[in-house]
Amino acid sequence: MAGERNRNKGMRLSKLYSFKCLKPFSKEDHHSQIGSRGYSRVVFCNDPDNPEALNLNYRGNYVSTTKYTAANFVPKSLFEQFRRVANIYFLVVAFVSFSPLAPYTAPSVLAPLLFVIGATMVKEGVEDLRRRRQDVEANNRRVLVFGKNEGTFGETKWKNLRVGDVVKVHKDEYFPADLLLLSSSYEDGVCYVETMNLDGETNLKLKHALEITSESDYDQEEFRGGVIKCEDPNEHLYSFVGTLHYKGQQYPLSPQQILLRDSKLRNTDYIYGVVVFTGHDTKVMQNATDPPSKRSKIERKMDKIVYVLFSILIVIAFTGSVFFGIITRRDVTDDGKKLRRWYVRPDVTSVFYDPHRAVLASFFHFLTALMLYGYLIPISLYVSIEVVKVLQSVFINQDQEMYHEETDRPARARTSNLNEELGQVDTILSDKTGTLTCNSMEFVKCSIGGTAYGRGMTEVEVALRKQKGVMTPQEEIKESSTKSVKGFNFWDERIVNGRWIDQPNAELIQKFFRVLAICHTAIPDVDGETGEISYEAESPDEAAFVIASRELGFEFFARSQSNISLHEIDHVTGEKVDRVYELLHVLEFSSSRKRMSVIVRNPENRLLLLSKGADSVMFERLAKHGRQFERETKEHIKRYAEAGLRTLVITYREVDEEEYRIWEEEFLNAKTLVTEDRDALIDAAADKIEKDLILLGSTAVEDKLQKGVPDCIEKLSQAGVKIWVLTGDKTETAINIGYACSLLREGMKKILITLDSPDIETLEKQGDKDAVAKASFQSIKKQLREGMSQTAAAAATNDPANENVQMFGLVIDGKSLTFALDKKLEKEFLELTSRCSSVICCRSSPKQKALVTRLVKSGTGRTTLAIGDGANDVGMLQEADIGVGISGAEGMQAVMASDFAIAQFRFLERLLLVHGHWCYRRIAMMICYFFYKNLAFGFTLFWYEAYASFSGKPAYNDWYMSCYNVFFTSLPVIALGVFDQDVSARLCLKYPLLYQEGVQNILFSWERILGWMSNGIISSMIVFFLTIHTLDSQAFRKDGQVADYSVLGVTMYSSVVWTVNCQMAISINYFTWIQHCFIWGSIGFWYLFLVVYGSLPPTFSTTAFQVFVETSAPSPICWLTLVLVTFSALLPYFTYRAFQIKFRPMYHDIIVEQRRTERPESGTRTTSIVSGELPVQVEFTLHHLKANLSRRDSWN
Amino acid sequence: MSFSATSSIALGGGSPEASAAKITSKRPKYSRFTQQELPACKPILTPKWVILTFLVSGVVFIPLGAICLFASQGVIEIIDQYDTDCIPLTFRDNKVRYIQGLEDKRCNRTITVTKTMKNPVYVYYQLENYYQNHRRYVKSRQDGQLRSPKDEHDVKSCAPEDTVGGEPIVPCGLVAWSLFNDTYDFTRNNQKLSVNKKDISWKSDRDSKFGKNVFPKNFQKGSPIGGKSLDPKIPLSEQEDLIVWMRTAALPIFRKLYGKIDTDLEAGDTINVLLQNNYNTYSFNGKKKLVLSTTSWLGGRNDFLGIAYLTVGSICLSLAVFFSVLYLAKPRQLGDPSYLSWNRSAGGGR
Repeated sequence: MAGERNRNKGMRLSKLYSFKCLKPFSKEDHHSQIGSRGYSRVVFCNDPDNPEALNLNYRGNYVSTTKYTAANFVPKSLFEQFRRVANIYFLVVAFVSFSPLAPYTAPSVLAPLLFVIGATMVKEGVEDLRRRRQDVEANNRRVLVFGKNEGTFGETKWKNLRVGDVVKVHKDEYFPADLLLLSSSYEDGVCYVETMNLDGETNLKLKHALEITSESDYDQEEFRGGVIKCEDPNEHLYSFVGTLHYKGQQYPLSPQQILLRDSKLRNTDYIYGVVVFTGHDTKVMQNATDPPSKRSKIERKMDKIVYVLFSILIVIAFTGSVFFGIITRRDVTDDGKKLRRWYVRPDVTSVFYDPHRAVLASFFHFLTALMLYGYLIPISLYVSIEVVKVLQSVFINQDQEMYHEETDRPARARTSNLNEELGQVDTILSDKTGTLTCNSMEFVKCSIGGTAYGRGMTEVEVALRKQKGVMTPQEEIKESSTKSVKGFNFWDERIVNGRWIDQPNAELIQKFFRVLAICHTAIPDVDGETGEISYEAESPDEAAFVIASRELGFEFFARSQSNISLHEIDHVTGEKVDRVYELLHVLEFSSSRKRMSVIVRNPENRLLLLSKGADSVMFERLAKHGRQFERETKEHIKRYAEAGLRTLVITYREVDEEEYRIWEEEFLNAKTLVTEDRDALIDAAADKIEKDLILLGSTAVEDKLQKGVPDCIEKLSQAGVKIWVLTGDKTETAINIGYACSLLREGMKKILITLDSPDIETLEKQGDKDAVAKASFQSIKKQLREGMSQTAAAAATNDPANENVQMFGLVIDGKSLTFALDKKLEKEFLELTSRCSSVICCRSSPKQKALVTRLVKSGTGRTTLAIGDGANDVGMLQEADIGVGISGAEGMQAVMASDFAIAQFRFLERLLLVHGHWCYRRIAMMICYFFYKNLAFGFTLFWYEAYASFSGKPAYNDWYMSCYNVFFTSLPVIALGVFDQDVSARLCLKYPLLYQEGVQNILFSWERILGWMSNGIISSMIVFFLTIHTLDSQAFRKDGQVADYSVLGVTMYSSVVWTVNCQMAISINYFTWIQHCFIWGSIGFWYLFLVVYGSLPPTFSTTAFQVFVETSAPSPICWLTLVLVTFSALLPYFTYRAFQIKFRPMYHDIIVEQRRTERPESGTRTTSIVSGELPVQVEFTLHHLKANLSRRDSWN
Repeated sequence: MSFSATSSIALGGGSPEASAAKITSKRPKYSRFTQQELPACKPILTPKWVILTFLVSGVVFIPLGAICLFASQGVIEIIDQYDTDCIPLTFRDNKVRYIQGLEDKRCNRTITVTKTMKNPVYVYYQLENYYQNHRRYVKSRQDGQLRSPKDEHDVKSCAPEDTVGGEPIVPCGLVAWSLFNDTYDFTRNNQKLSVNKKDISWKSDRDSKFGKNVFPKNFQKGSPIGGKSLDPKIPLSEQEDLIVWMRTAALPIFRKLYGKIDTDLEAGDTINVLLQNNYNTYSFNGKKKLVLSTTSWLGGRNDFLGIAYLTVGSICLSLAVFFSVLYLAKPRQLGDPSYLSWNRSAGGGR
């Protein structure tokens, strides 16, 4: 155990999901540990009343995924809330407000705090209630359990299941807990399981029961007396260690016998199983960890700003209390004989004003001041931002342009935390298969016996030709389009429609397709009515093979445990015959083996080994006499790879009985082993028979590029976003895909970093690992240096005005990547990549993907976005600042780990350039404005203090102040955060460079933030000083009345409300009725409030009593002051904007202007859209900016 | 600023498939709201609008300023500072002792009217360096007690002027306690000029804040005595001096209405004021002034508003001129891309 713990500590990557799936590698035999720590679970099967079982007291099957319970909701959610610094501050303030320290009444402090906290709590509660409803639904599902009905199976609810119960699960039902499979409707005790909910894989998995348990039908015969001893609950989905003690014998158990909760029984009528883990002990619940919570850069920066505000708060509070102390001390002179300001009775006073204890008084005053100026800290900021982000996510989810018709999937923002981060992405790291491509394989070409079959061009070829300027010859044979079959895009008049029989190498062709039809793990699904056959396969490649062989006359139609049946065309007679192959063994595919084989006995009673695999492992396994077509095949494979196709080598061999007998024994031995290295032994055994193969040829399947990928990549790179593709493909394939999706372009300089050099290969052959590593390291170092000097040279000669900026593309393979990611080379590698506009990493493993992501993220400090669709991308998605999952064909695992899910890669363009840009802009503006409005308000309080001898009397009525953040200014900000757009979506896409505003963080730079803050302070000064001078001591009405405290407060407060709301009106770019409603409505609401509040009895309304209706409204000077103050407070910003637009316009300013000027000429809008051409000026801008971009990069 | 209402129609929205969509389709529903295509005006600061805005505001503000200034200039105001002058010369070094002593506090002042003052002429007393907005002071009152005899005993917030010998003070608190107690008697040509002290407070205060059945109790009975005493037979709602005083001032320099003179004062009139100089402003060096003033529609005399309007108006006009010159001399083509802000600020703020 200790050893294991250490290992976990060392491996930080184990946090990444993708590494969780890896089996824990250990040489120890865990079975020997059963009964010791970590392996202590004992399950008494079907014996619930056994005293020992009762003693164990395992948890029930009740599952709760909620964050809160009814009992702990209030304390826990409150605790969550008060983890935020700002909220703690407000809580403390609320408590202190009950003491005489408070500058205002306690309820007026508590009300807004309760409002804000309450709103957040309601949101939490609603979310949790939804989770709870799901739980209740799951807990109350029904299952058949033994013993409920006196010796038969009876129904019970899931939550009532106990460990040891025997349950019966029917087809298409979910397993209620982790079960030990006893037997199934099949004689040999197998069943098929769909694990979509667990790992997102849609293919079916085969599970088998132990022989000892699989023979009985437990409806008839009770399963009793079995005891399972196994591991404690853990999160490893793919491992299980345990033994079954049954009828006096011990049987080792493996994951093969375990059915996991939340997976589904498929293609099997029913199964019996014993409950091993229940409820939260199940593997799926153990796995349910929260995804790493990500916070956007803006939010992190916002925290810093809150700290800045806290410092300002402390500074002004301190200043105030020093003055207060001095003034207070002076109130008593001559040792208490003389009172200065006798009217405040300094002789009989509490400690808070005691001139004799002025230091203490000023300390207390400091606390008061902290409360008084608390308006600098926007209490509603966090809750407003949360509301805004949720609404923004709704817009993302509702966008029709990101809805994919075929899969019926809209875009989904799975977290709303990162909306604005979408607008700041600097580097995109993309998976290839399934992300750039469709991941629906089409069989397009093959090479059989040295002859290449298959006409037609792949997309990559078309794209390459287009780039080279060669027009695509229209030689496509239209005949093929008569019947389109999904997964099959093959046309060759020599082979199709059974014509292959007449080919000279018909026998080879027959063997070739037989391999394809037999060597797989697909399951046929015959449609009862039409007789059409469809296949469920583990991988789309396999499906493509089975479909291809079906289309060409080798129809695989039935699979049983031991047989595979085909309808075949006999190549001699040309007639359709049914042939049954006895399936002896399947040597499964794994990423390390890179091949799969089956051993079958054909109807002629001959033993055959059929094998397919990657060229890198297959060619070395060929027999001497099997290499007849090696040269041609290799040639074809190279060509296929260049055309962006995935290739597999197809081989077979005949096995003689004797050899098979010996091998089988060994193989079965390995298989029945229960130790952890079983897999290694099985592989070794499989290795022994997969040799001396005879080459038949190779297949080539095309993974089509998704629609719109090249355009999308083009747009994104125009936006200055760097794109990395991380793929497991061969270098050639990767490069060609790179060209096809315009990641690499003609005229771009390609830097290739690889270790496929002859000297390293020779070293490798010698087997000296250290020497290889050393040489590789040196070689990579050299190549990196060369790359650097190339880019440096290009940068030196580049004239920014020059149109042909030399662009670089970097291609690096997985092996080199391991060295480049080495600590010593990391920096140089990053440096080089930052100078290249696109980077392709080929042959990279999932682990490398995550590592590269981390390197880019931490090395550059820029925002990274990872996009992928498969389980192998999960690590990358979680590591990146933003993870985008493609909700495509390959299950949901990536989506589950992602922050945003889209159906197609091309939607990324809209997600980033439109939604990302908008959200970034909105949030940035919103936060700046928030600080502005709170400073503008908070500082008027401070200035007033200077005129109130810093005694802590606020200038306004308590309730005006407490309503400020919540009622009079909050809705317009939310409207800004939700609806504002600088330019329309169409223009965002038309001028992708606009996106740089976010990448370079122009709208949320410190200059801008401080600018807004100073604007707030200036506004507060204008408001305060203009008001106190116009409402000086003279009469303010015709009737000779003078302006007192209440009039001054109301006038000044009105000015603040008008100023901050009008400031909003002049700083937003987009005025819909909503904005009008909210902005003018807020002002209107202030007056409404004033009238209503002022008409309450004076004991409630105090200084606000009748102040508007009777006092200030009939006074013209109040209104004139309001106009003057509001206008003057807006003047600095307006003038600044006018200057800015004149001298340093922002990019969106230009675009908006441009649109305005171009519209009269372009006539109707549609024509300008259709033309889509960039105006000359913008073309120029683009070049200008690109040059700047590249220069910027070279600086970094 | 210019505004243009664009009513854009979705480009890809509302495709025919949508109408024939299956019931289960997850296609987002089209609405201008969800697609963020609401009709909107998008203000742009084009040079034309910048200049126009400045010009119009200048043109509106300057006349407004002139009107305000004119109104203010039309107000006739006489200010007489008497705090020092009303101290006998012998007491000039120790004014506080004089004011706290029992000496005769009478003092004669002469005011000459320079311009005709139409009635009503408002009489104010002005105090300076007096912090009626001190938090301790402001809080030291009890609105409930002023309003209804029921709350007579509710004097918590009034300390230290809450009780005398265990009996509550009505009205309690520092504000009431420190009530101003200088008095003025005006004579013109040996004829008494009557000062109308009715209706010098706000009506709502008399009606709702100060009770008709609340009478002063134990007021100024404690020691020390703060200011004016109140006639315990007159209800608070009629004690207008108190009501005026209780409306605390916002700033340390303030005037409060003393009364109104309902006859015109002619130019050249000499007015004698017999003054009781009781109120102690000397310990904190506060000034005391007597103010006679007429009003205009804008209120009393204060040129600040007019000057401020004129200033802002001229700033706007000069900005208008400045920008016109700028645009003429150095026109920047709209949409000219060679000005791009982040080129210069690149790398900033990260």
